[in-house]
Amino acid sequence: MSTPAGVAPPKAHAPHEAHHEPLGFWRLYVFSTDHKVIGIQYAVTGLLFLLFGFSLMMLMRWQLAYPGAALPLIGNLLGEARMPGGIMLPEFYNELGAMHGTIMVFLGVVPLAVGGFGNFVLPLQIGAPDMAFPRLNMLSYWSFFLGGMTMLASFFVPGGAAQSGWTSYAPLSIIAGSGQTMWLFGMVFLITSSLLGAINFIATTIQLRAKGLTFMRFPFFVWAQFVTAFLLLLAFPPLEAAAFLQLMDRLAGTSFFLPSGLVVSGQVLTNAGGGNPLLWQHLFWFLAHPEVYVLILPAMGIVSEIIANNTRKPLWGYRSMVYSLIFLGFMSFVVWAHHMFMTGMGTAMAAFFQTTTMIISIPSVVILTALIISLWGGSIRFNTPMLFATAFLPMFGIGGLTGLPLGLNVADIPLHDTYYVIAHFHYVVAPGTIFALFAGIYYWYPKATGRKMNETLGVIHFIGSFICMNVVFMPMFLVGLAGVSRRLYDGGAAYAFAQPVLHWNVVSSWGAWTMALFQIPFIFNFFWSIRKGEKTGDNPWQATTIEWTAPSPPPHGNFLTPPEAYRGPYEYSVPGAARDFVPQSEA
Amino acid sequence: MEIPYTVEIRRDTGLNNGKIAIWLFLASEVMLFGALFASYILIRTGSTSWPRGDTILNVPLATFNTIVLISSSVTMVMAWASLMRGRFNTFRVYMASTVLLGGVFLVVKYFEYSHKFHDDLFPRTNNFLAIYFTLTGLHMLHVIGGMAVNAYFLGPGAKLYKTNPVWFTNRVEHSGLFWHFVDLVWIFLFPTLYLL
Repeated sequence: MSTPAGVAPPKAHAPHEAHHEPLGFWRLYVFSTDHKVIGIQYAVTGLLFLLFGFSLMMLMRWQLAYPGAALPLIGNLLGEARMPGGIMLPEFYNELGAMHGTIMVFLGVVPLAVGGFGNFVLPLQIGAPDMAFPRLNMLSYWSFFLGGMTMLASFFVPGGAAQSGWTSYAPLSIIAGSGQTMWLFGMVFLITSSLLGAINFIATTIQLRAKGLTFMRFPFFVWAQFVTAFLLLLAFPPLEAAAFLQLMDRLAGTSFFLPSGLVVSGQVLTNAGGGNPLLWQHLFWFLAHPEVYVLILPAMGIVSEIIANNTRKPLWGYRSMVYSLIFLGFMSFVVWAHHMFMTGMGTAMAAFFQTTTMIISIPSVVILTALIISLWGGSIRFNTPMLFATAFLPMFGIGGLTGLPLGLNVADIPLHDTYYVIAHFHYVVAPGTIFALFAGIYYWYPKATGRKMNETLGVIHFIGSFICMNVVFMPMFLVGLAGVSRRLYDGGAAYAFAQPVLHWNVVSSWGAWTMALFQIPFIFNFFWSIRKGEKTGDNPWQATTIEWTAPSPPPHGNFLTPPEAYRGPYEYSVPGAARDFVPQSEA
Repeated sequence: MEIPYTVEIRRDTGLNNGKIAIWLFLASEVMLFGALFASYILIRTGSTSWPRGDTILNVPLATFNTIVLISSSVTMVMAWASLMRGRFNTFRVYMASTVLLGGVFLVVKYFEYSHKFHDDLFPRTNNFLAIYFTLTGLHMLHVIGGMAVNAYFLGPGAKLYKTNPVWFTNRVEHSGLFWHFVDLVWIFLFPTLYLL
């Protein structure tokens, strides 16, 4: 490895002074090219968007629990165009629904999981001084930021934000108001951002890994980010193509997604016609199914790191986990149409996608099983990161298992587009991925700040969130099995068959609002611990992977001397060793 | 702090960072145009009538443009080869030709487009024209992007040659890979839209 010229390793820690010429405030904290600063920018922006997307959902939950009732206090603040007299208009409900999905997926979870953790942790874990293309990295963040601002601004255009669901199905989205155009432009920015990020992650992983760090010595988190980057690289461009086509339909009057003779509000559209609404769905899901794995793979990576560290054992079946991960990556490109069983695309297609969907569940089960077996016989330390990481296992398990009936063509017919689907994928993403992200924040916080987050507040945050998550989502299975559609503005109140399950809507809503209260300790803890948290050394968790050999917080350029890897990532409790962990970089 | 392997090659991968990045970028571009070609196939097979390209579009002009783009790919390689031999002035001639040929392509395309608009043929007229304008328009954006990068290497970017000729040569090579890809897309577009 080429050592930068003129850099002599200082003897003691001199985190901020040792390595670089002083930069001004703007270059240091705003337009920074340092992967750690960019990672933190991504993480904080992602967390803010998560909070915002959660707030949109809390508004929706009011309407679902008490359809047509005036929302006290907040209702009047949102204006006559959205909530006249505090009563939510159906159009506003649709805006909230579409933007909740869009914001949570594209502006919350992915930026935090990939942009945040990927940027901050991956270069440190492979012993790199920075990402391979620091300026591209900065561009990636600012492109994401522009995309986010475009999405936020769309709430204020005439007619409000996009209302056609986060999937923007045609032809509804083509005839929708100008918020949809903003949505499409926002998506183009976000796609550009992930594309730049993905190229950077792959190049960094291949090129900048430390001497001796072969692929099979990668921490599982690095593997997860590596495979995720390929998914982003190859799955997003088709959505970009689809976004261009939809923009053409909306702005240039083409008919890519508009069939001939489409009747809207009693009028036949004058467009040329001849287009295919299903084409949008194919292009959309060709991205959006790999996107599901973009949401879950980094979470699996984070959980694996924390489980190995806190069970003080090597991961059980590391190799089969890695192979499963690669197989998951490949398979995720050939399962997309299982979202489209009900579109009438034909039984042969359905049979094919049903088969691939059943196959892709196998590697997920392998990874989950390996993680569960990893717990066996360990002397487990139940600190906050570990609590969240252990909770991930059953929550993701519930989410995954309830997905199987949806992947079977016949069982999907009654379940499709009901609250069952909402419950299923939220179990994967909310108490699954988001718990893993919380775990990651508690786990790597000492690396980023040199201080630990408060354990008591962490445990309160965990227990409250864990209970509330289940109170929110478990009832949705029941509502969904009763057949209530997920698209209803009144949560099913107009339907006789839904009456026996309507009270569950109230339970879910109170669960969501209570969960918001339990995020307050986290938010307080996050800021309070920057200055007041318990000071820690470089390696507070006695971990083996390379990021813990860097100073906390790591200086510009990360390592005082270029690290080398001499062994696998999880050498915990090695018989005969002096301590119960042997760092990767220890000769 | 310097990032390793921006110029020199990492021994176990045999590559520098930029080479990996440009190939990854091209892979994503393949997916972008692949999705658009797939959309073309789906819309065409689903339509009741579809005009043959040569009844609407100007095949001789497009043939000329094909020759122009292929020539520009040749001059692009020559530009890079000149740098490899250390002949900076020859590089400038070839690079300028590459940019110029890109410009010729755009001018021809401009006449093609304005002729269509003059005949009242717009993207909204029918789906054949819709896909024609979308695909060639996106391709044109790529041509403009490639020209901008190449022009940069003629202008302010050329300063790097004085301080780090190897790095500069690598950059021109990577820009060339992109330029060849743009050329290749056109070679697919030409028969698909004009001849089939």
